[in-house]
Amino acid sequence: MAQHDNLVIHNEFTPVQYDPQYILMVNKLKKYFPIKGGLVARTVGYVKAVDGVTFNLKRGTTMGLVGESGCGKTTTGRAILRLSGEKTGGQVLFNGQEVYDLSAKEMRQLRPKMQIIFQDPFSSLSPRLPVGEIIGEAVREHGLVPANEFDDYIDRVMDNCGLQPFHKDRYPHEFSGGQRQRICIARALALNPEFVVCDEPVSALDVSIQAQIINLLKDLQDKYQLTYLFISHDLSVVEHISDSVGVMYLGNLVEYGKTTDIFARPLHPYTEALFSAIPVPDPNAKMKRIVLEGSIPSPANPPKGCKFHTRCEKCMEICKYAEPRWHEIETGHFCACHLYNDNEADAEARETMAAAKAEGVSED
Amino acid sequence: MAKKKPEGYLSAKESRRISRENRKITNAYEKQRKRKNVPESEYLTTMRDPANSVEFDNLHTYFFTDAGTVKAVDGVSFDVPIGKTVGVVGESGCGKSVTSLSLMQLLQRPQGQVVEGQIRLNLGNKAYDVTKAPNEVLQKLRGNYVSMIFQEPMTALNPVFRIGEQINEVIELHDGEGNNEADIKARTIELLKMVGIANAEGVYQMFPHELSGGMRQRVVIAMALACNPKVIIADEPTTALDVTIQAQILDLLRQLKDRINSSIMFITHDLGVIAEMADYVVVMYAGRIVEKGTAEDIFYHPAHPYTIGLMASKPVVGKKIDKLYSIPGKVPNPINMPDYCYFKDRCEMCVERCDGAYPEMVSLSETHQVSCYRYSDRKERE
Repeated sequence: MAQHDNLVIHNEFTPVQYDPQYILMVNKLKKYFPIKGGLVARTVGYVKAVDGVTFNLKRGTTMGLVGESGCGKTTTGRAILRLSGEKTGGQVLFNGQEVYDLSAKEMRQLRPKMQIIFQDPFSSLSPRLPVGEIIGEAVREHGLVPANEFDDYIDRVMDNCGLQPFHKDRYPHEFSGGQRQRICIARALALNPEFVVCDEPVSALDVSIQAQIINLLKDLQDKYQLTYLFISHDLSVVEHISDSVGVMYLGNLVEYGKTTDIFARPLHPYTEALFSAIPVPDPNAKMKRIVLEGSIPSPANPPKGCKFHTRCEKCMEICKYAEPRWHEIETGHFCACHLYNDNEADAEARETMAAAKAEGVSED
Repeated sequence: MAKKKPEGYLSAKESRRISRENRKITNAYEKQRKRKNVPESEYLTTMRDPANSVEFDNLHTYFFTDAGTVKAVDGVSFDVPIGKTVGVVGESGCGKSVTSLSLMQLLQRPQGQVVEGQIRLNLGNKAYDVTKAPNEVLQKLRGNYVSMIFQEPMTALNPVFRIGEQINEVIELHDGEGNNEADIKARTIELLKMVGIANAEGVYQMFPHELSGGMRQRVVIAMALACNPKVIIADEPTTALDVTIQAQILDLLRQLKDRINSSIMFITHDLGVIAEMADYVVVMYAGRIVEKGTAEDIFYHPAHPYTIGLMASKPVVGKKIDKLYSIPGKVPNPINMPDYCYFKDRCEMCVERCDGAYPEMVSLSETHQVSCYRYSDRKERE
């Protein structure tokens, strides 16, 4: 029964051991959102927003997460911070501690260590609070600094983020987009975090303001040894700021590796297409552009086999049936694509394909 | 102690006075505009060069707001040649969109008024000055000769009407007076197919919310192309879209332009997109043109410090730099513009002369012009 199939959550994974060089270890993380339907609001299916994402993030580095809108970048960021309810499966180890195992009290203690800069600086600031309060609220709540040093502390944080002390009593509507983004950054950094998820921090800004914010983020990283997960769809920005890059498609990472490796030698056909679509500011640049046909399929009903096969140029028979395995192709360069299968994986995939074909015939 | 008033503070009394004066000014313009039976001779004009489809000549568009007069476009002149693409770049608030809205005469009236200058539109056998043309004439020009692809596909479509109805409406109003319903529907479906929507009959019946961002943008493009306009204004058509979808839309625009041989005025702040699309580039800053030229001029020999700064502040794939250049400071207050070069306070290449009046346009080559004292000095020495 097709409907029944949608409800089964496959959730097997091998737990990872904590490795102290990584601040964050994400292993087969899944986050499904139920689709309710029918009279009694039964769950009739799932939107597979994040469907098995695996990566490790070293302390003090930046990882870029790129992909089309709707591919689950933001949900991944939020799921890591445990901001969108319970996970569906997998592991998130922050400093070796499983984030989803913590009690509410322990979670509260961990919160200052992991922060997020939200996507839109125009809607993520409360219009009724003065800027000093926006930045300082969480600091006071968590009791990070004694009451008598509070004002000085906020001044220092604001200064670090390029805001003037007299901005403290103003309200968000009095600021321009770039200034608001600085307020968002100051709010996240006031808590002395170790890890910050930057969810499209520069997409809403002008080019010249973008440069200011990117420089600010980089300076702060050098100063406080911050670790960033930088979510963006602007590939040139990601290349500039990141040490490693993960490419997402429909809830899965399709490729992950060092920035230099990925930009020099993209392996996955989706990554290639994505990179070829970047406009280059050179009027005579001849581009061999791979234009992807159509748009991203629905995550509620993703295609069987490799999720990208419906739009892939190099689609093979095998791609339609067997899901490609996530494996290391060069040192530190991971990819999930049948083009790079070794013998073992190939045999395995062929078996799955044969099984799927046999099943398909018997059902028809 | 009296409370210190922040900069730009207006008392209620002062604001009322400004608003009264504004009303006097705008009423005069509106009266002029609302006259009935304006003779054609008033807005008939001749093109400076018949190879241009639009000529902006010393255009001034002001907004008379209660806080003061905003000179959104302050003396802009450039040409859009037939069959070419002109890219307009600049930060938000620099007057890019207002320039295009002036051409469409879709300004927020009565506050927004074209106070000086001409916009000459080439209609083939004659030319009109759209700033003086009355509404009933403009109604015929919009859609048929000039049309616009709006900025956000999410908000440009009406959520309560089906896609088909919305495109039909455009054709009914502008192009086919004698066309019957079946013809119009056939034309709409043809348009939807032309912009690369596979399931055109299906989409005809759909509501905008059922489509993805890229599909909506295609619908908006189809709507703009419905009457084969001579000039297409594309106001940030891809800013809200993903790179992959952006690539599709840019390809589509290029193909369509060649097919119906029209000119495109392409407004964006993405230099990469401009380089790919445009034949000519106009760089705007604070309501004025600081530099214009062919795409090669602008990208290989940028002259104005603002253009140079803009280029340096955009990270480029494959070029590794430690720190991005960022233009210091911010755009001056539009109500209270300085009387010297608008960019001087942010400029790192200032010379002594920059304290003087706003610099004139200087020609560096036949196609390349810049408004900066560093070049006028050089010219004089030669």
